[in-house]
Parts: sequence; structure tokens; C-alpha cells
Amino acid sequence: MIKIQGLSKKFNQNLVLDGISLNIPAGQTCVIIGRSGCGKSVLLKHIIGLLRPDSGRVLIEGKEVAKLKELELVALRHKISMVFQGGALFDSMDVEENVGFSLFEHTRLSRKEILERVEESLFLVGLGGIGNLMPSELSGGMKKRVALARAICIRPEIILYDEPTTGVDPITGDSINELIRSLHDKLKVTSLVVTHDMKSAYHIADKVAMMYKGKIILEGTPQEIQASQDPVVHQFINGLSKGPITEIVDDAH
Amino acid sequence: MLDLFFLDLGNKVISFMHFFGGLATLTGQTVYQAFKPPYKYDHIIEQSKKAGYDSLPIVSVVALFIGFIFALQFGYFMQRIGSEMYIASLVALAIVRELGPVITALIVAGRVGAANTAELGSMQVTEQIDALETLATNPVKYLVVPRFVALGIMLPLLTLYADLVGIIGSYLICVLKLGITSSMYINMTFSALIHKDLFTGLFKAWIFGMVIALVSCYEGFNVEGGAAGVGRATTRSVVFSFLLILAADCFITALFYFIFP
Repeated sequence: MIKIQGLSKKFNQNLVLDGISLNIPAGQTCVIIGRSGCGKSVLLKHIIGLLRPDSGRVLIEGKEVAKLKELELVALRHKISMVFQGGALFDSMDVEENVGFSLFEHTRLSRKEILERVEESLFLVGLGGIGNLMPSELSGGMKKRVALARAICIRPEIILYDEPTTGVDPITGDSINELIRSLHDKLKVTSLVVTHDMKSAYHIADKVAMMYKGKIILEGTPQEIQASQDPVVHQFINGLSKGPITEIVDDAH
Repeated sequence: MLDLFFLDLGNKVISFMHFFGGLATLTGQTVYQAFKPPYKYDHIIEQSKKAGYDSLPIVSVVALFIGFIFALQFGYFMQRIGSEMYIASLVALAIVRELGPVITALIVAGRVGAANTAELGSMQVTEQIDALETLATNPVKYLVVPRFVALGIMLPLLTLYADLVGIIGSYLICVLKLGITSSMYINMTFSALIHKDLFTGLFKAWIFGMVIALVSCYEGFNVEGGAAGVGRATTRSVVFSFLLILAADCFITALFYFIFP
């Protein structure tokens, strides 16, 4: 269970998160939608302890992330994985070393056992047999899937996805959505996905939350979100160029 | 107008303090992580090869030219006063105490320090450093400590090598062009040098090595703004390394001159 309570964060004078509260029950997939730059990735970085909040807190299994000691944070990160927007694969290592990184660094498993786990993870994301390729030899979609394989290789309880379908073609995007859904079903992980791809959101979410101006303005099931009469939500989920979101931007200009 | 001047000055002072504060924090974290097991020997060996072995060609060429130039410059004056035999002593002292460590450090700051900043900077902008953290790996231990230890070991060794090559360069000019006998050159070189000279030079090199590693990694970790940011950080890394090497050189020379004469 992930609990976010009154989370706020400022960068210089820019208030990016403004008292966000959200509960994500264990085993569920929650999708956070919102415009680019609205603070979705910043929220993910707070959950995994890469950023510290100005106020508020993130609780995972009842423990406040920002107050964990170094060893406790390391232990927490063995249970949480994050898939970065661009994959964030290590350029200097091949796919095998990237996917097995955590196991090579933090376990006493033999190389043979690690490589078996790596191949198993690559097979799960549909990329068996590419262990010896370097990240520079992979396409954008393959990089995302290798990043996903790296995330699941440690058998995490929670996976955070930062825009997993951005920058890939629609077919690859759909296969990534299928993958997220099947990982959720097979591994029973709790997932938090940030995206502005509504098709992806409807496909994978148990619950959708919409972020706007640093706040969660609406949360509910995909059906509830689709039925929402809120003009901001309506404009965003239907991808309309005219509406309250863009009027405010135009006024500002 | 005056307001703008003071605003700009204030911003520069804050930025300066921010740099030294950040560098001091990184130094503390690096020393702490360096002593904390597990030790990454394979990473240290890899970085030592990049910093030390791969720098040998450029260090050899520069040190040899420095030896040639100093022999000729000292020769020009010493021949006028009939004291050519002291050229060997002067060159040995200048190279071992000062030129060897400083020139080697400047070469390594330009070659290895710049590469460190560019590599870590690229990792920063592509979120690879964040990825390391999420994979429960401390980026300072994984990325900075091997570079810090490798440069701390390799710079004194490279300096020792540069000293030797520089003296050989000077020997060639003196023996082949200035008419000094080989045995006299060798005698004058070793009679001028005492242990302290060599120790001072190698101590400086050790400090310079750590300065280069810390400045280059700090700048790499703090890159902002994509590819252009990596370029700016690499320039800053080389400029700050040069300045800090010369400042540290001045401080250590004064320390040995006044406190441990």
C-alpha cells in the first residue's frame, strides 16, 4: 500500500506539487494522468526517495520514505522498481548486465543463476536472446522493454512507470500496455503509471487520478473518469485544444 | 546600474559558495564511501587504466619537450656565466619539485577530468544516475570512489614517470648538444635531489589527483540542460580543475617552504 499525504514540492518559486494526497491499495494499478510538466514524474521520484518533499509525506507499508535511514532506503529499493521515460539503460553495459544489475550488485547468486533470471525477465517482455546487444543497438521500444525487464528482474512488489508508452509507435505502445497488464496479473505487483496517453490509461488502470496545477483534481475508475463532467478533465481526456486548461495558458500569454 | 552590478556580484558570490559547499559535501561522501565495504577493485583497475596507462603517450611527449626546452633555456644563460654543469641540477629540481606534478596534473585534468564530466553529465541528463539510485546503488560509491582512488594512485605514478622522461629529455640536449659528459650529468642530477624534493612533488600529485576526480565528478553530477549543459559543465570542470591545481600548488609549496623547510 502506498499512501501519499499532503505532498508539496517547490523548485525555486515554482510550486510543482501542491498538497497531493492519494492512496494506492496493494496489487492495484493506479494511473496518474496530466499534461506534460504538471509534476507527475516529480511525484514518482518522491515515492522512490529520489526527491525529498518540502512538506507532506509518502508512506510505503507504513514507513515514511523521506525519514528512512540509508540501509532502510536500500531495503525499500529492493522492493520497488522504476521504469524511466527514456529507459535510462546504462550505456557502458550490454542488455544482460543492465537487466541483471541489481542481482550482480546486491545478491550472492552465481553468474549462471543471474543469467537465467535475466533471460527469464527478457522473455517476459518478449525480448529473449538479445542479452549481448548494447543499448545503442536497440530501438526506442526495445529500450523501454529492456528497462521493464530490468525493473522486474528483482521481483519487485511495486513498479513505478514514467510515461512507458511515450515516444514509441502505437503498436509497440499497445504491446507495452499488454505487458504492464500481464505483469500485474502474473506477478501481482502494485503499479503506479504516469502518462498522458489516455488509451494506455483506460487499458491498464484499476484507478485513474488526474493531476492539474500540482493537485489531484479527480480520482476514480476509468469509467468514472470518462463520465466526468469536470471541464478540465473533459478537455484533457478528449484531447481538445480549446477549454479551461488552454484558456488559462492563453490568458497568461 | 549600480544595483545590477551588485546583483551580479551577489549571484557570483552565491554561485561560488554553492560550488565549494557542494564540493566539500561530495568530498565527505566520497571519503566515507571509499572506506566502507564492499570495495570495487575491478572498477578501480578499469579507471586506473583510463587515467594512468592511457595517459602515458601524451605525458611522455609533453615531459620530453619540457626536458628539451628547459635544458636549452638554462643552457642559454648558464653558458654565458660558464656554469653549464649546473644545468642538470636546475632541471632536476624544477621538474621533480614543480613541473612534473603540475604539468602532469594539467594534462590529466584536460584529458581524464573532461572525460569524467562528460560521461557522468551524459548519465545525469539521461537519468542513468537516478536509475542507479533506484537500483539501490549509491552513485558516489559506484561512480566517484573508483575515479577518486584511481586518480589518487595514478597521478603520483604518472608524475614519477614524467619526472624521469623530462630528465631524459634534458640529458639528451645536454649530452648531445651542450657538451656535458653523461657521467657528470647523472652525478649533478642525483647530487641536487634530496628525498624531500621527490616527496613534495609526489604529495602534490596525490592532492592534484583527488582535486581532478572530485571537481570533474561534481560538475558531471550537477549538469542541467541536456547536451549544451554537458558542454558547459565540461568546460567548467577543466577551468576549475586548473585553478584549484594551481591554488593547491601554491599552498603546498608555501607549506613546505615555511612550515617544513
